[in-house]
Amino acid sequence: MATAEVSSNIKKLQVKRFKPAEDPKNTYLTDEKGLWAWLTTVDHKKIGLMYLGAVAFFFLLGGLLALALRTELWTPAKTFIEADTYNQIFTLHGAIMVFFVLVPSIPAALGNFILPMQVGAKDVAFPRLNLASFYIYVIGAIFTFIALFNNGLDTGWTFYTPYSTTTTTSVIWVTLGVFILGFSSILTGTNFITTIHKLRAPGITWSKLPLNIWALYATSIIQVLATPVLAITVLLLTMERFMGLGIFDPANGGDPVLFQHFFWFYSHPAVYIMIVPGFGIISEVITTFSKKHIFGYWAIALSSLAIAFIGFLVWGHHMFTSGQSAVATTVFSFLTFLVGIPTGIKILNWVATLYKGSIEMKTPMLYVFIFLFLFSIGGFTGIMLGSLSADIHLHDTYYVVAHFHYVMMGGTLMALLAGLHYWWPKMTGKMYSEVWGKISAVLVFIGFNLTFLPQFVMGAQGMPRRYYNYIDQFTPFHQTSTIGSYVLGLGLFITLFYLLHSLWRGKKAGSNPWNSRGLEWQATSPPDFHNFDHTPVVIHGPYDYHKPMEEFQLGLAVSHNGHGEETDVKESKVTTN
Amino acid sequence: MGRIFDFMLPELKSPATGATTDALIHFVNEVSLIFLVGITFALIYFAVKYRRRSEDDKTPVITHNNKLEITWSVIPLLLVMVVFGWGYKGWLNLNTVPDDAYEIQVTGFKWGWTFNYNTGAQIANEVHVPAGKPVKLVMKSQDVLHSFYVPEYRIKHDVLPNRYTFVWFQAEEAGESQVFCTEYCGTSHSNMLAKVIVHEPEDFETWLAKQGTGGGGTPVERGENLVQLQGCVTCHSQDGSDLIGPTFQGLWEREERLADGSTITVDENYIRESILDPSAKIVEGYQNQMASYEGRLTDEQISDIIEYIKTLN
Repeated sequence: MATAEVSSNIKKLQVKRFKPAEDPKNTYLTDEKGLWAWLTTVDHKKIGLMYLGAVAFFFLLGGLLALALRTELWTPAKTFIEADTYNQIFTLHGAIMVFFVLVPSIPAALGNFILPMQVGAKDVAFPRLNLASFYIYVIGAIFTFIALFNNGLDTGWTFYTPYSTTTTTSVIWVTLGVFILGFSSILTGTNFITTIHKLRAPGITWSKLPLNIWALYATSIIQVLATPVLAITVLLLTMERFMGLGIFDPANGGDPVLFQHFFWFYSHPAVYIMIVPGFGIISEVITTFSKKHIFGYWAIALSSLAIAFIGFLVWGHHMFTSGQSAVATTVFSFLTFLVGIPTGIKILNWVATLYKGSIEMKTPMLYVFIFLFLFSIGGFTGIMLGSLSADIHLHDTYYVVAHFHYVMMGGTLMALLAGLHYWWPKMTGKMYSEVWGKISAVLVFIGFNLTFLPQFVMGAQGMPRRYYNYIDQFTPFHQTSTIGSYVLGLGLFITLFYLLHSLWRGKKAGSNPWNSRGLEWQATSPPDFHNFDHTPVVIHGPYDYHKPMEEFQLGLAVSHNGHGEETDVKESKVTTN
Repeated sequence: MGRIFDFMLPELKSPATGATTDALIHFVNEVSLIFLVGITFALIYFAVKYRRRSEDDKTPVITHNNKLEITWSVIPLLLVMVVFGWGYKGWLNLNTVPDDAYEIQVTGFKWGWTFNYNTGAQIANEVHVPAGKPVKLVMKSQDVLHSFYVPEYRIKHDVLPNRYTFVWFQAEEAGESQVFCTEYCGTSHSNMLAKVIVHEPEDFETWLAKQGTGGGGTPVERGENLVQLQGCVTCHSQDGSDLIGPTFQGLWEREERLADGSTITVDENYIRESILDPSAKIVEGYQNQMASYEGRLTDEQISDIIEYIKTLN
């Protein structure tokens, strides 16, 4: 890299080492107070926390619905709710978890908080647009709630036609909610792309970008390109219901398979909107807790982009049994395997990062290990489903249900939990209970596998998904799965309690409790209103753990407001890797 | 065969459609297990061996290793290409119907299946087939999407309202297999079950001959056949039990309380109206769920159904 260039640049300026104050006086939490200040804030950190609160609320709701479903499935016939109620609950569980939890969770909640700090910016490029994105999300959610209290929705989260054009439930409210929500996703993506391009602090070249930023960058590209297709699809569906246009409904000469093409053209890339940001978190946490340089920086960074682009070409693998053309089916199967390769590369890179590291098994790292195990299973079963004849047997069975829960929950959610624990001290300035953190992680791991492993077996045995009643032979699998879901729920409730508890009783975190080299850890915890006292100048890469912290903590006092403590550093020591 | 993942799959009863699929599923499972064990072992081994001993542990600068990274990209790439080819081969089997296949027409509807034979015989929710002969099912839907799935034959295909699709299989021995609907189709999706009943070829001929040409019998017999074939019985029980709609038992001349508070006595015209325009008069306590049978039942057929309902008092 341009070592000489950067060094000479630095030499021209007066180089100083920046050390954040351990006891922040005026943070973003204390700077402006009161409900109104929060509701009208344009600070990316507060907006990130508001998203986090909203996502947590929806996750709780979606999770309680899941427990209701699992309880109903305790017996083969009716356990405690009617078939129509069951159908509405699984629809809402899916729609809420996909649109209101998984899609916004990492980019909008954690990403909003961390992204500007990791690139050394004061905020995102368009702070007011950022606030608008949040309110658009809220408005989308309100529409969905109207549906919930107004006849429900029973189409499944995929809204397949012609069922969705003929059912008497509130399809339109939810599709409008999803339509509005899409704008939030597009605007956040646009904001992130601009921020990454234009607001990087001096010295952060593309090769010094943290992998979390690469992941959010790839995600933002998918959000901006794919979401409009979903918007068009649900708009057409709404028009079909209102006016009987005859686009999707065969009764009016339409084609229901066309709807599936439109729907999955968004919803398959959306899978990557959900998982790719998780990859970013894993890269950050695994280096911090093994105190070692990431293995294969460029392979991880570029594979995120590769996944984003190939991800647009594989939607048809949801439709092998649908009646799409034979050529399409074959091509989609082939391309699907190509997307597996960059994903596999990442997993092996992360494992290799541990080699000769200095590994500390704190709660975030425990979640990274759980992620690697569960997401691998999700990936292998994805290979199974990508191959044509195996998919014919397994399509629309519990095997698929288990597969996408391993990917979405074992992948995205475990990464989210890793990231949430990792950045919690930065966001709140408080440490949570490490003991309870580990206890709940173990419960989540056991509960998760107990819930979803049996579903692979019963799916392969032939148990179809979205069934209210089932035949007796599947009873033991369903009951194991239900018990597992309670254990999983317990683990997650414990997490909720000790995290909230830490806000009042947690120990002070200090600016960098994990001794991380990430730029965000060079700010105070919680950060100053403008993130950093000075605009940092970044000389080292984000993963230079082989250098001592003292040498690493470089920043340049371009402007100074008196919080930090400065020490001179000899210019001759300033080198890049 | 004693392979490690044998427990995962149900017994295979149509090797012609399922043998390649089974071999592929076993292969992917086994290779995945090897990789999973390897990754898990490496994780645990590294976590123990390289655990942090002091806060000042020094770690080496290992940024990348092109040879290693290319190796672990190319090997999986080759493996997945094998899996792709294998899946393609199995899929060709599923789509190449033998010329001498015995053809049966299938109609999916909310919530049941009707099977039509070329003799005119018609039967609901059971498809009878001869053993050792390829059978092709040509399928369409009357309403929304359904999907015809027989796990023991490893076959599945969506059933569409605007287009014919097919599956084929060749069951080798007499017996029964479960059919599921796997495309979500509303309230009674999970009750949309059927059976494949495999007969020895000569027994099949006897069975088929006994079915007649369909549509025969007295009006009451025809009516009884129709409420099965049209799927009425998935929502309306004949034994007094409460399903999605009111039971047929004792329905004739029963006084029903309607959702708008008025009452009505069930007669020919009310039954006819309820079949052709189900939302007109909803009985209290039930949802407006039923689709119209306008164009699907002739006046004679409606009369036959009414005659049959009369016998359930």
